[in-house]
Amino acid sequence: MLQRLIDRRMGFFLGALFVAVVLIPLGNLVIAGQPVPSYVVALLAKYLCYALLAVALDLVWGYCGILSLGHGAFFALGGYAMGMHLMREIGDRGVYANPDLPDFMVFLNWQELPWFWYGFDSFIFACLMVLLVPGLLAFVFGWFAFRSRVTGVYLSIITQAMTYALMLAFFRNEMGFGGNNGLTDFKDVLGFNLQSDATRSGLFVLAALALTAGLLISKFITTSKLGKVLIAIRDAESRTRFTGYRVEGYKLFVFVVSAMMAGVAGAIYTPIVGIINPGEFSPANSIEIVIWVALGGRGTLVGAAIGAIIVALAKTLLTGWFPEFWLFALGAMFILVTIYLPTGVLGKFEQIVKRKPKPATKEVTA
Amino acid sequence: MSSQLYLSGVNRSFDGFKAINNLSLIIEKGELHAVIGPNGAGKTTMMDIITGKTRPDSGEVFWNNDIDLTKVDEAGSARLGIGRKFQKPTVFETLTVEDNIALALKADRGVFATLFDRRSADQQAEIDRLLELVRLSADRDRMAADLSHGQKQWLEIGMLLAQDPELLLVDEPAAGMTDAETMRTAELLREIAGERSVVVVEHDMEFVKALNCKVTVLHQGSVLAEGSLEHVSANPEVVEVYLGR
Repeated sequence: MLQRLIDRRMGFFLGALFVAVVLIPLGNLVIAGQPVPSYVVALLAKYLCYALLAVALDLVWGYCGILSLGHGAFFALGGYAMGMHLMREIGDRGVYANPDLPDFMVFLNWQELPWFWYGFDSFIFACLMVLLVPGLLAFVFGWFAFRSRVTGVYLSIITQAMTYALMLAFFRNEMGFGGNNGLTDFKDVLGFNLQSDATRSGLFVLAALALTAGLLISKFITTSKLGKVLIAIRDAESRTRFTGYRVEGYKLFVFVVSAMMAGVAGAIYTPIVGIINPGEFSPANSIEIVIWVALGGRGTLVGAAIGAIIVALAKTLLTGWFPEFWLFALGAMFILVTIYLPTGVLGKFEQIVKRKPKPATKEVTA
Repeated sequence: MSSQLYLSGVNRSFDGFKAINNLSLIIEKGELHAVIGPNGAGKTTMMDIITGKTRPDSGEVFWNNDIDLTKVDEAGSARLGIGRKFQKPTVFETLTVEDNIALALKADRGVFATLFDRRSADQQAEIDRLLELVRLSADRDRMAADLSHGQKQWLEIGMLLAQDPELLLVDEPAAGMTDAETMRTAELLREIAGERSVVVVEHDMEFVKALNCKVTVLHQGSVLAEGSLEHVSANPEVVEVYLGR
């Protein structure tokens, strides 16, 4: 079983991730002089959330051929579910010191908590919602779309419309999710101060664990017989049907699993960045996820995670150096990868490594 | 008398064009049956109706006398025991030859059963037997995309047999095959018939001759003639619409 889940790629990646999980908190918390500054820890933790989101998309796009341009919506819903809990945890420490209502509701002159905020006082309930809300949306959306046999570019367009509609809805103050400001000013999670270095490192480790779990679950799915059915659907959907598989059930399953994974990524992302707002639903965000996966290597899982980290890192650096240049760089990256690296960075890397095998490693593998 | 497949008075039109026009056809159990006809005669639509891809506007389609095939979808027809081979060889290109057969193998098709499936020794033996039969044992670990055209046709036939169907619908199996491959395919289909019913849709007269079976000629969505190849070849109408051209 372990052998099935952890192949060479996965082994190298998880190994590197483990090293990072040990060294980065060490460098931030233990070693004198703090060689790893706190903002770097938060930044890296954020990248890992993106990586998990990319793995989620790769599961549906890379393996089943469902090009979702709305995965940002599941990420944002997970983020909002966690954000709602963090808002409740603020309690009476808000600007208006209202023990019953979050600041933005006091500001809007609301008298009582809307029903859909009930339960979010509980961390467990919020965690459940992190999985259930994106999962349910994906289920309902997928149920109709896949049964009606909406595929290809049409499906992509309606996923895009879905996230756009959600963005417009969440921008409205009346929705009860903080309007365009979103949810912010979080104080702590489960009693741990979100501003403290220890909590930051804890969230970094949590993001790494979630990414590991996401990768292993995805690997389990894609190496099972079901994973082969997914590839079969991608390659020849009607042949799969005539072979006796109800394609819509398989698509629905993988779409829901993927949406839940995206939700978890969003839920960890929110306490790390300290804010969740409707901008996360923006269609451009969802398209960027596709670029991560394409750049890293579609249908490789690990490649998707690497792609997300590379692009996010490039974004951090480039927006720091030449802020107005970033979108051009992103576009150029996408075009260059599509033309010169059709198998992504990971595919290219493995091709190069394979071309000049060292005799020593040959003996080991033989 | 028990029929494998029974079509009676079936009609289907697309945007006013009558693709199938009052078509009636009976396939006996274990029979090898060739369906020929010019382009646009309704051969593919007929297969679509039998396999649940297309619903007829009117008419009856029954499987094993009592199962109404007009209420079944593609996966449902496959599960009942109808295997369909497409005209253009359609295999799962980025899976290995062995995995292609393994996916087609008769088993529980449910999502969770598939997720936790483990291949049994019996299943492995069956896969090996089928690979041997379609002469792809040596290529089992290759990607299906890397096979030659003829080999893909064979792989698809292997996948059909893996489903253990009662009826095989085979659309132009000889297209793009060499003469030797064509003859070998005819031989294989004759072997399969008897145990299973086989319906072959074909253009290639040499191939139909080699099948040496009952022939139905379709024209404009209905049956023009039926009988042995000699019999239908002698029919002046058939010569007019098809053979003479």
